[in-house]
Amino acid sequence: MKTKPPTPAVTLEPARMRAARIIGVGSAGVGLLEVMRREEFAGAGFVAVNTDATSLAGSTVALKIHLETRLLRGLGTGGDPERGRAIAEEQFATLKTACEGADVIFIVAGLGGGAGSGIAPVLARAAKETGALVLAFVTLPFGCEGNRRQEQAQQSLDQLRVVADGVICLPCQKTFKLIDENTSVLDTFRITGELLVEGVRGVWRLLTRPGLIQIHFDDFCALVRNRHSESAFASVEASGPARSREVVEKLLNHPLLEEGRVLAESDAVLVSMMGGKDLTMAEVGRVMEQINRHCEHAKVIMGAAVDEGMKALLSVTVIAARQNPDAKIAAPGAAPASGESADTSTFSKRQPVAAVPGDNAPPPAFTMEQREHALARHGSGRARKAVAKMRQAQLPLAIISKGRFDKSEPTIHKGEDLDIPTYIRRGVALN
Amino acid sequence: MFDDSSIIVGLEIGTSKVCAVVGEQGADGALNIIGLGQARSRGVRKGEIADTAQAEEDVRNAIVEAEQMADVEIRNVYLGVTGGHIRGFNNRGVHPVVSADREISEDDVQDVIKNAKAINLPTENNVVHAIRQHFFVDGQDGVTNPVGMLGSRLEVDVHVVHGNTNRLQNAIRLVRGLQLEVDEIVFNGLASSLALLTGEQKELGALVIDIGGGTTDYVVYAGGVIRHTGVLAVGGDHVSNDLAYGLKVPLSRAEKLKLEHGSALLDEKNKGQSVTITNELGLPLKTVNVEHLQRIMSLRLEEIFQLVAQDLEQAGLFDYLRAGVFLGGGGARIPHIARLAEQVLQMPVSIGQTNSISGLKSALNQPEFFTAIGLVKFGSFKTRKREGKSLARDIKVTLRRFLQRP
Repeated sequence: MKTKPPTPAVTLEPARMRAARIIGVGSAGVGLLEVMRREEFAGAGFVAVNTDATSLAGSTVALKIHLETRLLRGLGTGGDPERGRAIAEEQFATLKTACEGADVIFIVAGLGGGAGSGIAPVLARAAKETGALVLAFVTLPFGCEGNRRQEQAQQSLDQLRVVADGVICLPCQKTFKLIDENTSVLDTFRITGELLVEGVRGVWRLLTRPGLIQIHFDDFCALVRNRHSESAFASVEASGPARSREVVEKLLNHPLLEEGRVLAESDAVLVSMMGGKDLTMAEVGRVMEQINRHCEHAKVIMGAAVDEGMKALLSVTVIAARQNPDAKIAAPGAAPASGESADTSTFSKRQPVAAVPGDNAPPPAFTMEQREHALARHGSGRARKAVAKMRQAQLPLAIISKGRFDKSEPTIHKGEDLDIPTYIRRGVALN
Repeated sequence: MFDDSSIIVGLEIGTSKVCAVVGEQGADGALNIIGLGQARSRGVRKGEIADTAQAEEDVRNAIVEAEQMADVEIRNVYLGVTGGHIRGFNNRGVHPVVSADREISEDDVQDVIKNAKAINLPTENNVVHAIRQHFFVDGQDGVTNPVGMLGSRLEVDVHVVHGNTNRLQNAIRLVRGLQLEVDEIVFNGLASSLALLTGEQKELGALVIDIGGGTTDYVVYAGGVIRHTGVLAVGGDHVSNDLAYGLKVPLSRAEKLKLEHGSALLDEKNKGQSVTITNELGLPLKTVNVEHLQRIMSLRLEEIFQLVAQDLEQAGLFDYLRAGVFLGGGGARIPHIARLAEQVLQMPVSIGQTNSISGLKSALNQPEFFTAIGLVKFGSFKTRKREGKSLARDIKVTLRRFLQRP
């Protein structure tokens, strides 16, 4: 960590406005920038990066980087992350320049396609090289988008995790719980986008607003770094006299936190509270007490801040992370891993690689030759070279059957499903 | 006996068994258990009815058995209810005494209790019990009966037990479907505590934990009144299910293993021991490690006690339990369970005894019958109260009955 701004222990001064830049990558990312520009991200620099000229043309962002090369023939990446990656490597210097001068860089992207999945990890590396703190906010594709996209997204996510300081990931599939059946496709994507923006906003506020109880920047970095899993996040708001209670209720009913189960399983939780001037210490205490109770095993970092614009509103953003999900039962936030085994035939020279946790080293930079090769693949029926380091396909771990209680109402106690045998929940090994 | 009004029947539709207990209240008020009927329950999960047809059949069998044994016809029952939806909390009601002489009348008491019951429940919920704890007269604490006292402001603390109306109705409708009248529904945990605790223990403060098949019900008494109730929808069924899962045996086999080799604590002598399961022909099927079995069980039971302990800690009641903890329900039969509970709760724990009932004593003084016995006891309190309340009405009722007789 190069950026380690000296944060005084107690400060009533507004935190120093850190130079932050929000970079939208790919069509989804660029689209999200539009949403964010409407919100209160004052002081942020926006950069749009894409290979697709039409998407960039529709963007109102001042700084646009159009990654283009003769070899793509203006057709974008065509959904191939390798191509996205190759072109990003080619224009590495441009990306690096775009990142220069910022303390924090938010990368916003929709993974699964060509541009987002391919460029985001490279961009993260470029940003890292400038010495900034890199936080990636990404979405994983919907289940119906197919195994291929899932796999591409998963790969890209793994690469991102290695280079970025923090990855906060929203599997789109989960938002199905938030919306009713009759929501149009357009609205669904809008809602997913807004959810992600909410997450960005929560962190944004954390870093920019005057903190009554400040979250140390270092704490935040420590939380999001090296937790090799998708962080689950939820942001809720409530107003009125009972707002502290309401906020906790909403939080525990939040579909992304799975009835508080995610909180119970996470090992680090960051809570950012934001209220108007009337935010009372008692309210902060009440909310924290409830949250603490639900995540007994976690290290909880909390911050509270006042935003005069909030009036009677109380907003709470929770980011929950857990360490090393490989060792645990399928992480609730993880995309279905089964998708990874489906696409093996595409890669003819696939090397079987043992799935050692933490084995997802950042892909080596392309050689000139490889880059040409990746870009020049248009229309050619040649087999692809296994460029990216493949991960061994993982089958989903044993699903715990609840036996006789399969069909009865689950007994949920503080986020734990008591119908699952205790020894499994506590991780007691027999033998 | 020509007056069957002294017959009180408690019916518990449990997860593992349906149990009907027939009690007879003598003229002196002493309660005598004269009949018991039980049937294996097949239609209940976690204390709530899941299969009406099967549950109905089981209830009928239990009732018929109890009728035969006691040689009476059962018309009314006190029905025990439980389930994860049942909650208890304390509430205070206030009522200004408006009469000119400021004397508190029986009506004032009724009013204040009504106020205390009028709480903000979710619309789909219904009050099962509103048990009065203490009255306050003009802020003066600890009044047990304020009638006749002078004061301007009467307050009462009540403990309200409430549950989901529809789910409570399921059990009631089932019993009504068998042409039986439900006198009252009673929370199982409360019933168990009535069967187990003496007045002195209630006064000192006691915790009753009834570990049933599908639920664990617990009740805290302190200062002679109920201070806290709770239901945890985890019970013996969960233990069997854990074993079936962990040892990879069918559920029925797990149940059997639980009964034969189960223990709440790891037995030193069982370390590394294993037993062989045989089929009905005596051929070996599978070897099961007893240590694993007991560890799985021990963890589940430990968790149950921990959850109860957490709840009590939150309610701030730990320091009031001077008489200790009493265990009931089929779960109390598990070897070493009291020791495990002692380790978790850090206070003396014993298996409960029913002591205030005469009759089939040796047959009944078993933990799994405590709830049903408690239901009978609850009924006897009610009838006694009703009788004591108005002698005139009592005479009227007797007369009417007499006249109606053919």
